[in-house]
Amino acid sequence: MSMIHVTTTVNGDEVEFLCDPRETLLDVLRDRLSLTGAKEGCGTGDCGACSVTVDDRLVCSCLMLGAEAEGKSIGTIEGMADGEELHPLQEKFIEYAALQCGVCTPGILVATEALLKKNPDPTETEVRYWLAGNLCRCTGYDKIIRAVLDTAADLRKAS
Amino acid sequence: MEYHTPGSFDDAAAIASNAEGVTRFLAGGTDVLVQLRADMVTPDVLIDIKHIAGVKDIAREEGGWRIGAAVAGAEMTEHPELGKDWPGVVEAMDLIGSTQIQGRATLVGNLCNGSPAADSVPALMAAGAEVSVVGPSGTRKLPVEAIPAAPGKTNLKKGEVISAVHLPARGGNAGDAYLRFIPRTEMDIAVVGCGVSLRLDGAKITEARVSLGAVAPTVLLVEAAAKAIIGTTLDEAALEALAAAASAACNPIDDKRGTIAFRTHVAGVLAQRAAKIAYQRAGGAK
Repeated sequence: MSMIHVTTTVNGDEVEFLCDPRETLLDVLRDRLSLTGAKEGCGTGDCGACSVTVDDRLVCSCLMLGAEAEGKSIGTIEGMADGEELHPLQEKFIEYAALQCGVCTPGILVATEALLKKNPDPTETEVRYWLAGNLCRCTGYDKIIRAVLDTAADLRKAS
Repeated sequence: MEYHTPGSFDDAAAIASNAEGVTRFLAGGTDVLVQLRADMVTPDVLIDIKHIAGVKDIAREEGGWRIGAAVAGAEMTEHPELGKDWPGVVEAMDLIGSTQIQGRATLVGNLCNGSPAADSVPALMAAGAEVSVVGPSGTRKLPVEAIPAAPGKTNLKKGEVISAVHLPARGGNAGDAYLRFIPRTEMDIAVVGCGVSLRLDGAKITEARVSLGAVAPTVLLVEAAAKAIIGTTLDEAALEALAAAASAACNPIDDKRGTIAFRTHVAGVLAQRAAKIAYQRAGGAK
């Protein structure tokens, strides 16, 4: 099986890797680039735990091949905090206890950051629909939704 | 598995024509990757069409629109003009999957996956959309209703690939709509779907197309349902005739999502509701 050579950008850094054509972007991130923040929940695009951005577009990394990353700009949860300084969304998720087991959390944070970039003032309904593809089996979602709305309000005040 | 990234649709068609074993075209991958990972379909040859010029473009064309084969649902929803001409088509595409799926899923993929429950396909059929099919013997345009053959099957031959969807010029006094029934509010597969597109002269319907999804082995274009409302003002009698024609066209299955009786009834109800929305959008007061 011939391997494919891919050059891409991950969280602003240029990255090169070799991958099998059947490997997903999620496989590549976790197993070749040691970026284990994105999780495999379902592996079929239903749960959103593997959410990343590709050229600023939110996608499931389990439904994209590593080979398709050629020339793209990938954003993962590892690029969210600025060094030791957490992103306001991360701070707020801790404050609200908007996570329990934490498996869905990286995907939800990446998805939510993408939402707030697109819409800094979402309604609760808009947040719930936007996150409909991010399943959480622990929290019941309410704390997540409140954390997102409160972060959005803080960020609007700050800007 | 071989992975190809051709630079033109002619090259893509040539690779597919000469390929041995299972061949799949890759655009958004939201069906191909699921089938690959579930070991349902393991392609020997995968042809990624996203390196071909124009595949991500939504462009004006002869008063209508050309939507490239790799345009994602989110790009259609965000487009400032497309949804003004064809709100039903854009809304139908937008109903598919989550935000993440919308970032990748395409109209052409939804059509070529061959699901009878595909949400965008009834809207495209109602709209009178065509597709460009590139194959070993050149390019031809086919109406969308010529593509589905059976659940999971299309009429495309070996080496044929769809390069774009063409929506006709919308013109004045016209509107379209798509509705589906699902037991949840989001993230589900249609139990019944219905697309309606129509044109008015004053209050009277002069043209109409009605399409039903998830009630037969393929999405259906229901001429009898269109005939039931053409020449009417969508009055009560016309709506009754529309529902009867829509229900009569159904040949559904019983499954966990809905019974035959339920799907047959709901097809009539959704046809009426979608027709009313399309009528309002066309400028008729209802």
